[in-house]
Amino acid sequence: MQASDRFNINSQLEHLQAKYVGTGHADLSRFEWAVNIQRDSYASYIGHYPMLAYFAIAENESIGRERYNFMQKMLLPCGLPPEREDD
Amino acid sequence: MADLDPEIAKTQEERRKMEAELSLTSVTFDRDLYGGNDRDSYATSIAPNDEEDSNLDANGSLVAQRLASYTAPKSILNDLARAHVEDDDGGFKPRQTIAEREGDYRNRRLNRVLSPDRVDPFAMGEKTPDPSVRTYNDHMRETAVQREREETMRLIAKKKKEAEEAAKELKDSGVAASSKRRNRWDHAEEDGGGVAKKAKASDSDWDVADSAPGIGKWDATPGRAGDATPSVGRRGRNRWDETPTPGRVTDSDATPGGVTPGATPSGVTWDATPRGSATPTPKRQRSRWDETPATMGSATPGGMTPNAAYTPGVTPFGAVDMATPTPSQLNLRGAMTPEQYNLARWEKDIEERNRPLSDEELDAMFPTEGYKVLDPPASYVPVRTPARKAVGTPTPMTTPGYVMPEEHRGQQFDVPQELPDGLPFMKPEDYQYFAALLNEENEEELSPDEQKERKIMKLLLKVKNGTPAQRKTALRQLTDKARELGAGPLFNKILPLLMQPTLEDQERHLLVKVIDRILYKLDELVRPFVHKILVVIEPLLIDEDYYARVEGREIISNLSKAAGLATMIAAMRPDIDNMDEYVRNTTARAFSVVASALGIPALLPFLKAVCQSKKSWQARHTGIKIVQQIAILIGCAVLPHLRSLVEIIEHGLSDENQKVRTITALSLAALAEASAPYGIESFDSVLKPLWKGIRSHRGKVLAAFLKAIGFIIPLMDAIYASYYTKEVMVILIREFQSPDEEMKKIVLKVVKQCVSTEGVEPDYIRSDILPEFFRHFWVRRMALEKRNYKQLVETTVEIANKVGVADIVNKIVAEGLKDESEPYRRMVMETIDKVITNLGASDIDSRLEELLIDGMLYAFQEQTTDDTNVMLNGFGAVVNGLGQRVKPYLPQICGTIKWRLNNKSAKVRQQAADLISRIAVVMKQCGEEQLMGHLGVVLYEYLGEEYPEVLGSILGALKAIVNVIGMTKMTPPIKDLLPRLTPILKNRHEKVQENCIDLVGRIADRGAEFVPAREWMRICFELLEMLKAHKKGIRRATVNTFGYIAKAIGPQDVLATLLNNLKVQERQNRVCTTVAIAIVAETCSPFTVLPALMNEYRVPELNVQNGVLKSLSFLFEYIGEMGKDYIYAVTPLLEDALMDRDLVHRQTAASAVKHMALGVAGLGCEDALVHLLNFIWPNIFETSPHVINAVMEAIEGMRVALGAAVILNYCLQGLFHPARKVREVYWKIYNSLYIGAQDTLVAAYPVLEDEQNNVYSRPELTMFL
Repeated sequence: MQASDRFNINSQLEHLQAKYVGTGHADLSRFEWAVNIQRDSYASYIGHYPMLAYFAIAENESIGRERYNFMQKMLLPCGLPPEREDD
Repeated sequence: MADLDPEIAKTQEERRKMEAELSLTSVTFDRDLYGGNDRDSYATSIAPNDEEDSNLDANGSLVAQRLASYTAPKSILNDLARAHVEDDDGGFKPRQTIAEREGDYRNRRLNRVLSPDRVDPFAMGEKTPDPSVRTYNDHMRETAVQREREETMRLIAKKKKEAEEAAKELKDSGVAASSKRRNRWDHAEEDGGGVAKKAKASDSDWDVADSAPGIGKWDATPGRAGDATPSVGRRGRNRWDETPTPGRVTDSDATPGGVTPGATPSGVTWDATPRGSATPTPKRQRSRWDETPATMGSATPGGMTPNAAYTPGVTPFGAVDMATPTPSQLNLRGAMTPEQYNLARWEKDIEERNRPLSDEELDAMFPTEGYKVLDPPASYVPVRTPARKAVGTPTPMTTPGYVMPEEHRGQQFDVPQELPDGLPFMKPEDYQYFAALLNEENEEELSPDEQKERKIMKLLLKVKNGTPAQRKTALRQLTDKARELGAGPLFNKILPLLMQPTLEDQERHLLVKVIDRILYKLDELVRPFVHKILVVIEPLLIDEDYYARVEGREIISNLSKAAGLATMIAAMRPDIDNMDEYVRNTTARAFSVVASALGIPALLPFLKAVCQSKKSWQARHTGIKIVQQIAILIGCAVLPHLRSLVEIIEHGLSDENQKVRTITALSLAALAEASAPYGIESFDSVLKPLWKGIRSHRGKVLAAFLKAIGFIIPLMDAIYASYYTKEVMVILIREFQSPDEEMKKIVLKVVKQCVSTEGVEPDYIRSDILPEFFRHFWVRRMALEKRNYKQLVETTVEIANKVGVADIVNKIVAEGLKDESEPYRRMVMETIDKVITNLGASDIDSRLEELLIDGMLYAFQEQTTDDTNVMLNGFGAVVNGLGQRVKPYLPQICGTIKWRLNNKSAKVRQQAADLISRIAVVMKQCGEEQLMGHLGVVLYEYLGEEYPEVLGSILGALKAIVNVIGMTKMTPPIKDLLPRLTPILKNRHEKVQENCIDLVGRIADRGAEFVPAREWMRICFELLEMLKAHKKGIRRATVNTFGYIAKAIGPQDVLATLLNNLKVQERQNRVCTTVAIAIVAETCSPFTVLPALMNEYRVPELNVQNGVLKSLSFLFEYIGEMGKDYIYAVTPLLEDALMDRDLVHRQTAASAVKHMALGVAGLGCEDALVHLLNFIWPNIFETSPHVINAVMEAIEGMRVALGAAVILNYCLQGLFHPARKVREVYWKIYNSLYIGAQDTLVAAYPVLEDEQNNVYSRPELTMFL
C-alpha cells in the first residue's frame, strides 16, 4: 500500500472487505480459495430450494438428506490442507 | 513654624464645617440632581473591577460571606452561566488552560493529594503486610484522625466565636442603633427580592467583611491545605485581608478582630498572587494564597496528612518553589508559569513608577516656607508587604529607562532550550516535570531505574507536546512496553502531569488516553495506584465538557474492570466520608460508574452498609448520593434493582441530619425519573414518609421532598395519582407564596407533573389550583428571571392541556397583554402561542377573541426589545388558530402592519414584513385578496430598503403573497415585479439572496410567460454569480431556477451562457455550472443539450473538457434510464476521455460511465457497456485516490449492469498473477465483487482440477436430468 493510500477511503475499503469471510488477499493459496468456492457453492445450493430439489431428484435422495450432506461437506470441502512448502 | 499650627487647625475646622453644610440636612443642588434621595444609597467606594465582584476572591469566584441560601453555590451558577456565553471570536478560541476555564469549585481538584501507593492485598496472598507499606487500615486510620482533628478545630473555633459574639453583643447593645450596619441577613433578604444589584453605601467591601461572621465556603472544604486555620471562627475575610503582612499572621489566628482591613490601600488583585511565602514564618500554617499554583497539588502542609512527606511525584524542586520569586528576578525558572512572569514583570514596572515619594523628594518639591510635616494619624499602618519591600526603591530619582542588560552566558532569555534528540519543545511549565531530560548526562551512567524513568519522560513529552506522528509512536511504545516499564514509574510520571494547573484540554485528553491504554496492559498491576488514578480522573466526571465526562467514565469503568470491585471499594471507601464536599461528590459519581461497570448487584451490599453507617452522616450522605448518581447514569436500567435501591436509602428520609434527608429525597426523585413510567410498586414503602415529610419539613428539605413526589406521582395509577395529588396540593398551594426562587421552580415543576397525570380531574384543577396559581405565579416578577419564566410557561401550558384553552387564555389575556411590563406581556404571549398551537382556538368565544386580538395588537405594537420573536410567533399562531374568524380584524391588523412597515426602526419594519408572511395564508382563507394585493403594492414600494435583514423579510412577505394569490392576480403585476428583483440578486447578503432566489424561482416556475425572454436572460447572468453562494440552499435554489428558466425560454440561450461559464477559472463556479447544465438537460430533455455539450468538448482546453465530462456525469445521474437513448451517442466521446493522458479526464469519464451503467442496467445496452469497460479496465492500477475510487465505482456499476460473471472473467486473469502488486489490485476488485454479488459468482467460478488428495471440482454442477 502506498503512503497516500493509508489514510483514504481505499484503505478502509480493504479493511471492510477483510471483515467478510470468503474475501481474499494477495497471499491466498489455491487451496484456500477453492475451499471458499466450495463452501459458497454448498451454501448457495442449500439456500436456493429449487436447486436443492433438483439435486435431490438427480441423486434420488430426500431433500433433507441432500441438505444434510451438503452441510457436512462444508466442513472440509477439499480435504485436509496441503503441507505449506515455504514454511 | 509655630504660627502654622493654628492656621492648619483653622483650615481643618473650616473644611469640616463645609462638609457638614453639604450634608443632608441642608438644601444643596445635589438634591436636584439626585432627586432628593438618601445619599446613603449611593456607593461611597467603587470596587476596582466591577460592582458585582465585591465578594469575589482572587480566582474570580464568589467567596460566600453570607449564609448559603437555598441555591446552588454561586460558583457553580457562574460556571453554568459561563458555559452559555457565546464565543464571538468566530469559532477560534484562544488556547485556554482547563484551570482557567473552570470555576472555583472544579479547581478544587488541584487541592487533592496523590496519596501514596497502597499495598495490593490480592498480590500478597496470606502474608501479613510489611509495616512499611501502606494498607487500607492505615489509610482509614488517617482519615479518621483527620476527621477528628477537623471536628475538634471546629469546636474550638465555635467556642471562640461564641465568646467573641457575646462580647460584641455586650458592646453593641450600648452603641446607638443608628449605625446602619448590614449583616448577612440583609444580604439574604436583598437577594431573595431579586432586585439588589448595587451595594448600598455602607456595603463597601470592608464593612461586609467586618460584619459578617460568615460561614464561608471555607467550611465546606475543611480538608484542604489552605484551611489549616479553624475556619468557622475566622471572620469572613475578603481578599483585601490577604496580603500577608507579618502583623496579620499572628492577628488572624489569635485575635481575628484585630485585622485592619484596607491596610493595603493599593491592593488590587495582585496582592493575592502567591508571594507571601518569601518570609517563611515557620510556625504559621500556610494559607492557600501562599502557594504557587504549581505546587498546590503536591505540597501539603505537614499537619494535614501525616505522611505527606512522601508524596510521589512531588516536584523535585520544592525548595526553589517555596522561595517565591520576587518580581525583581525575572530569570527563567522551572516553577514559574508564564502568567506569573507577566505578572511579575508588570508588577515591577508599576511598583517602580508608584513607589512612595521619599522625604527628600518631597523637600525638593515643596517650598521650605509655609508647610509643616504632620504626624501620621494613630490609625495609620504602613504597608509592610515583604515582597514590596524587597523591591524597594532601587535607585531613587531615576525613572526606569533603558539599561543595558548584563551579559550572562548561561541565561536563557525566555527562549526555550533546544532539546536533545528530536524531542518536542517544552513549555515553561513543563520544566519542573521534564527538567531531567535537559541534563545532557550520558545515558549509560544512569542506573537502570533512572534510564527507565528517562524513557518514560521522553515518551510522555512526545505524547504531550509532540507532532501527531511522534505522538502516535510514543503512545504505541508506552502501550507495548507498559508492563516492562512498570506501573509505579509510569503512574508516578503521568499522574502529577495531570494535576498540573496549566494543563490544556488537548493535553489532558492525550494523557488520559495514555492511562486508558496502559490500563489494559497493566491489568491487575494497577491495584496499588487505583486511588491515585481516581484522584486525577474523578474531576473529569464533573467537567463541563461532555466528552471529558465520557472519557472519565470510560477510564473509571476500565479501571474497575482491571482492579476488581474489592480494590475499588477499598480505594474509595475512605473518601466517602471525607470532610471535603468536593471529594465526596466526585467519589459518589465515580462509584456510580463502578456500579454501571461491574453491575449494581455486586455493589448493593456495600451500598447498604454505607447508607446505614452510624459513624458519620457524611458516609450516609455519600452512599445515598451514589444511588442518585447510579439512577442518573444508567437510566431505565435501574429497574431490575429498583426495589433494593429504594430499600437501601429509604431510612434516609427520617435521618437526623437534614442534608441526608434532602439527598435521600433527591435520590428518590432521580430513581423515579429514571424508571418512569414503571416501578411504582418499588416506591410503596417511601410514599408514607414522603407525604408525611412534606407536612413536617420546611425550606430546602421540603423542596427536595416535593421534587421526589413530583417524579413519583406520574408513575401511579389514575386513582392513586388523584388521591396523592390532592394530598400534596395543600402543601404546594401553601408554598405558592414562598419567596425562595428554588422552591418556586420546584413547586411549578411538581404542579406540572401532578396536573399531567391521568387521574387528576379538570374540575379539581379549575376549582382548587387555578385561583391560587394565577394569583401567585402570574405576576410580573416571574417574567424577569429566565428560568422561572420558562418553567411557568411550561406549567401553564400543561394545565391548559387539561382544563382547556378558554380558562387559561381568559385568565391571562384579560390584563396580561396590556400589562405595563414588557417581559410579562411576552410571557403571556408565549403561553398563548403554545396553548393555541397545541389545542386550537375553537374554545375561544367571540368576546375573548376580541380581547385577544386587541391585546395582541397592543402588545405587538408596544414591544421594544424582542430578539426572540415571541410576539411575532404568538401573533402568527393566534391568527392561524382563529382562521376565518379573524376576518373582521384583518383591516385593523393590516393597518398596523402598514404603519409599522413605515417605522424608523429597522427591527420593527422587519417584524411587520415577517408578520405578513405568517398570516398570508389566513388572509387568503378570509377572501381578502384585495387587501393582499394592496399589501403587495406596499411591499413593492419598500424594495428599496437598505437594511438587508429587512429587505430579506420584505422579499419573504412578497413570496408569501405571490404563493397564495397566484401569478395572474398578483399586484403589482409580475412583469413589473421581476425587473425590480433583478438588481436585488446582486445583493450579497444571505437572507436577501435566499428569499430573492426563492421568489424569482417561483415566478420562473409558475409565471415565466409574464416576463419577456430578455429579462430572463439578464437574470441568468446574475444567477451565475449566485452559484458561488456559501449556503447550499441558495445554490440549490439557483440551479433549480436555471431549470425553470430554461424550460420557459428554451435551452439554447441559457445553455450558451452556461457553456461559456465553463471557461472561467474558479472551480466552484465551474462545478455549479456543470450542475446547472445537467439540470437544464433534465428539464428540457437531453437531446436539446447534448449536441451543444459534445460540441464543446472539442475545445482544446482542460477546464472546458472536464466541465463537459462532469456535466455528462451529472446528466446521466439525473436522467437515469432515459440514458439508454443517448449511450451510443456519447460513447465515442467517453472513449476518447478514457484514453486521455490527463488523470482528471479519466476520472470524470469513469464516473460518467458509472452513472450511465447504473442507469441503463437491464435495458439492453450491454454491448456499449462492455466496450466502455474495456477502456475502464486498464485504469485499475492507478494510484491517485480519486481516480482509483472513480474507476472502482465504475467497475461496480458495470457489475450491476453486466452481471458479476463478466467482471469475474476480467478478474480471473490477475488473481494469481506472479507480481504481488497486480494480485493485490485484482483481489481488491474480486473482494468488492464478492461482497456485492456472492451468490451469483457460484455459477461462474472457474473449474479447478483436483490435486493429489484435495478435491477442487464441483461435481454437483455437472448433474443433469
